[in-house]
Amino acid sequence: MTGWAAALFQRDLRLSVRVGGSALVGVLFFLAVVTVIPFGVGPDLNLLARIGPAILWIGALLATLLGLDRLFQADRDDGTLDLMLMAGRPLELVVLIKCAAHWTATGLPLVVAAPLLGIFLNLDPVSMAAVTATLLVGTPALTLIGAIGASLTVSMRRGGLLLAVLVVPLAIPVLIFGVSSADAAIHDPVPFLTPFLVLCALSLIAAVIGPIASATALRFASD
Amino acid sequence: MFQDLSFKLDSGTALVVTGANGIGKSSLLRTLAGLVALVKGEIRLENGDAEKPAHEHAHYFGHQDAIKPALTALENLHFWQSFSSPASGANFSGGATPPMQALETLGIGHTAHLPAAYLSAGQKRRLSLSRLLITPRPVWLMDEPTSALDKASEQQLLGLMNGHLADGGMIVTATHTELALDKIQVLHLEAAEHSDQMLEEELI
Repeated sequence: MTGWAAALFQRDLRLSVRVGGSALVGVLFFLAVVTVIPFGVGPDLNLLARIGPAILWIGALLATLLGLDRLFQADRDDGTLDLMLMAGRPLELVVLIKCAAHWTATGLPLVVAAPLLGIFLNLDPVSMAAVTATLLVGTPALTLIGAIGASLTVSMRRGGLLLAVLVVPLAIPVLIFGVSSADAAIHDPVPFLTPFLVLCALSLIAAVIGPIASATALRFASD
Repeated sequence: MFQDLSFKLDSGTALVVTGANGIGKSSLLRTLAGLVALVKGEIRLENGDAEKPAHEHAHYFGHQDAIKPALTALENLHFWQSFSSPASGANFSGGATPPMQALETLGIGHTAHLPAAYLSAGQKRRLSLSRLLITPRPVWLMDEPTSALDKASEQQLLGLMNGHLADGGMIVTATHTELALDKIQVLHLEAAEHSDQMLEEELI
């Protein structure tokens, strides 16, 4: 079992870092969003430090959405998806592995870039660490929820916008608990762990529901 | 899509599906491949792996090559080798060919380490074809297998198809060109009278 899973993971990772892949696009977009906001908000350092975690989270959400539409569409366009459906591997696991590879290529760079961008937003080390930790456990949920939207819009030529409309409402709980646990780390009386654990739970729930829902959608899309 | 359609294919035989454009040859192949759900009826493979559905015993060689241009020819094949599960069938003795050897057999061994983006249409077609050799599966579903192939590669393809039949495999192919295969059964698709009238009525 592990052989094919590793082969799929490796292939998807390779494709996203080679020419035409989307690995760097997401993190560059993240960089663009986060650096533009201080210019818009103005040089109020206290304000920036207060809204910093939220900006990083919204930037990460938008950057994740950006690459999601190609998650299954690239495979459908060249007929790979048809063969994957016939390969005799459980499609739910295939989706989960594809999401894992997609997150490693697009989500993980966002997590790595977050502390650096935190400097631009005048975040102190504690909140920088908190935001990075919440992004680390929260962005997988965004990818997994996004996979549902990606598989529903797989047969559409320009499904990217529809995908965003479908996915954003579902991603709001993740955003709420991500930002609130980052805030809790900064403001003392509120416990950090409670919203953080809820965020972990959201990721785990998404890891179950996302692959099942999106595998079902992909089976219908092959008609 | 189809009505009153039934056929039986013995191992070692090729079924050539003919018919006018748009009659549903490709749809038939996609149905056999499990990509289009059946409304009624069933597709059965006798003496295959009991726990697998019929379409997981089949290779689908369609119009799309399923090749990633960013990967090299060999990387493409290695992926399909590990990803597609092999299947066995009654009287089927075909074995797995190593990817490099499969490329050599099809005469594109020299392109093994080139990104697939640099291959010509015919070479891509042959790379896609070598996918059928690296994972043994008793049924080959081939939609217009000769498209984009030159005369020499066409002969090569026929050799491979006959080899597959000799191993006890089955082939279902939709084609417009005559294929010199060893054992052929022909299935000619025609529009039913009823639907013809419907079509005319709609046109008027």
